Amino acid sequence: MYGRKVKLRFFFVLLILTTLALSVFLLIKSLEENVIFFKSPTEIKALSEIEKNKIRIGGMVKKDSITMISKEIKFVVTDFKNEINVVYSGVVPNLFAEEKGVVAEGYLKDKNFFLATKILAKHDENYMPPEVKAALEEK
Amino acid sequence: MASLIGSYSLGFGLFFSFLIIFFSFRNLRNTEILDKRILSFTFIQFFFVVISFLGLIVSFVNSDFSNETVFNNSHTTKPLFYKISGTWGNHEGSLLLWLLVLTLFISIFLIKSKQQPKKYRIFTLLFQQIIIIGFFIFLIKTSSPFNYISPTPNEGLGLNPILQDPALAIHPPILYLGYVGSSIIFSSALAAMVTSYVSKEWAKHVKQWVLASWVFLTLGILLGSIWAYYELGWGGFWFWDPVENVSLMPWFALTTLLHCILVLEKKKILTSWAMILSIATFALSMSGTFLVRSGILNSVHTFANDPERGLFILIFLFILIFLSIFIFIFFHTEKEKLENSFFWLSKESSILVNNWFMMYFLSVVLIGTIYPIFLEVLTTNKISVGPPFYNKLILPFLIPFLVAMAIGPNLNWVKSDFKNKFYMTMFLIISFLLSALIIKQFDINFLINTILVTSAFFLFFSTFREFFVKRFRNLSQNIAHFGFSLLILSILFNNIFSNEVITNLKIGETFKTEKFTINFEKIEQEDEKNFKAIKGKFNVQNLDGTLDILNPELRIYNQPNIITSEADIKTNLLTDKFMTMNYVQNQEYFNIRYQVKPFMIWIWISVILISFGGFLSFFKKRYEI
Repeated sequence: MYGRKVKLRFFFVLLILTTLALSVFLLIKSLEENVIFFKSPTEIKALSEIEKNKIRIGGMVKKDSITMISKEIKFVVTDFKNEINVVYSGVVPNLFAEEKGVVAEGYLKDKNFFLATKILAKHDENYMPPEVKAALEEK
Repeated sequence: MASLIGSYSLGFGLFFSFLIIFFSFRNLRNTEILDKRILSFTFIQFFFVVISFLGLIVSFVNSDFSNETVFNNSHTTKPLFYKISGTWGNHEGSLLLWLLVLTLFISIFLIKSKQQPKKYRIFTLLFQQIIIIGFFIFLIKTSSPFNYISPTPNEGLGLNPILQDPALAIHPPILYLGYVGSSIIFSSALAAMVTSYVSKEWAKHVKQWVLASWVFLTLGILLGSIWAYYELGWGGFWFWDPVENVSLMPWFALTTLLHCILVLEKKKILTSWAMILSIATFALSMSGTFLVRSGILNSVHTFANDPERGLFILIFLFILIFLSIFIFIFFHTEKEKLENSFFWLSKESSILVNNWFMMYFLSVVLIGTIYPIFLEVLTTNKISVGPPFYNKLILPFLIPFLVAMAIGPNLNWVKSDFKNKFYMTMFLIISFLLSALIIKQFDINFLINTILVTSAFFLFFSTFREFFVKRFRNLSQNIAHFGFSLLILSILFNNIFSNEVITNLKIGETFKTEKFTINFEKIEQEDEKNFKAIKGKFNVQNLDGTLDILNPELRIYNQPNIITSEADIKTNLLTDKFMTMNYVQNQEYFNIRYQVKPFMIWIWISVILISFGGFLSFFKKRYEI
């Protein structure tokens, strides 16, 4: 039979392989579960069914659309083709303003209504999230 | 004038690169001693880069708006401190800083490596010069800090206000010392392979550089994190944002290398692994710069930028990687016959286990960071990967990692058995009871949280005990590991115990929760040199009757016209009370975030401890583990 050393090495290799397989499996599974897709209002209109998972939407905050009460803030996101109503309660970044680009994360209730859980802050007034830029360029 | 001098200095600096390379090749064939001229040229090159850098600083201080970089990033009303820090607060200036540190480090390397073989020193210099030339060309061709605009504008565009902050003024230089320090490790590893000098002596000598880069990188990440905590008002210290991740990846690689080098120094095994890590660390540092600067990353941290520059760094990066792979394949020979076998329980195998875990963490972060880029290129689906991904993949593996970290340092080299079984079992039991007791108070997943906290406590107790058992032997390693256990504990408690309220309030309104009442008393306006401050006054009445007065602030900067919010943070040893106030145009309501964050300061303290541990090992005559 094989010596002790060979057996040990065999188990060692087996251990590495199982760990590797396990981590790859975990990785792929987590990626599938935790990935957040980005959609523009026009893309949302074109959806055949409502996304259940968390998504990001982006576009411009429509002029005169912000209303604020103590619990929440409402506004309209537009890509100049289509619009979507957003309701949000949470931290509002300072660069959030009407007629500026915005990216919001949250859940679609229907094709006209988005429940945001987060509005993403930006660092630079000139900076436009690539998604918003692309969405605006398409118009 | 200063810009002109700076611009010419860059040209001269590049010229000296070629002189150095020429004389180095001549010196390789000739005598046994290093040509003194090479040393002088290296210092002169460093001198020219310093002049160039000073030229840029002077232009910033004098607000010389005929310089494009100054025009884009400065303003006459900006305080002097931020005029100076604005020098490296932009793309061009920060690259000049990279170059400055590159030339500084190679000068220090030449001074410090007198005991090393001549050939090895020259090759290190040569490889470093390749990197230096790359950066010179990059600077001069695509991102010169000294572009001239005519006619001279009267006023500059100003520095992004959120960068006008003490922590962020020193964050880039410290982080770059870490990044660029890895360039020396890279050059030196390549040189060691070419000259067949991969040995215990080499490990001992390069370890100083690994330690130095590691300490700076750790502190650099810490500073960035502290800044994000109080300036961005996101109420946390780490967001798994791509830009944060790219600084964490070289840190993982460097930490792995640091441990691997110890084994190499002791036993001359794992040589190939050490080489790969040296190359990987630098490649990751470079790609960090590339990803942040190219605008490829889909990050909320990204600043407006230029894709062409990214392309240059990418090509340069590929050249360097191909060069190193070529050298690794054709020059590196493993000469580790005798001591090659591992016993399963020994210090070296425990370090190897550490290496595996580190590589796993690194791959998770790497995949989470670049997967969205690939997916967008392949399918045009735009996605982002959030914190749950990282938590899910990293937290479970943290448990065995912490346990191994508690056991590993107590093992002997070559062959060992478990030591201090009694204490270790005791610690494990105490840790478990303690954690179970704490976690039971909260309405969270009992099993995973208890196991996590238990393993962190276990490391905490066992490293704490070693302070008494080992005393000054191996103090640096012990401090670093103790700091790490403290870090994990603080992070866990910080997450578990945190309390947060987000609401919109009008002046005079009061908001009630079960634990506290927030009263928005008033706002006051103050005029500062380059911004108007609106200070809110909030009275927070706690359940136990104590009153906290918090004054979060809004700053309306004049140039560029940007509003930032300054969090007000009341810090004590146990908790941070954190409040930000945000403004939404044309609304009566202010958006308020109030957080009670326990053990926040311990997160900073423990990272300082970790880097202090690294710092201490510089003062050791002979490293013992």
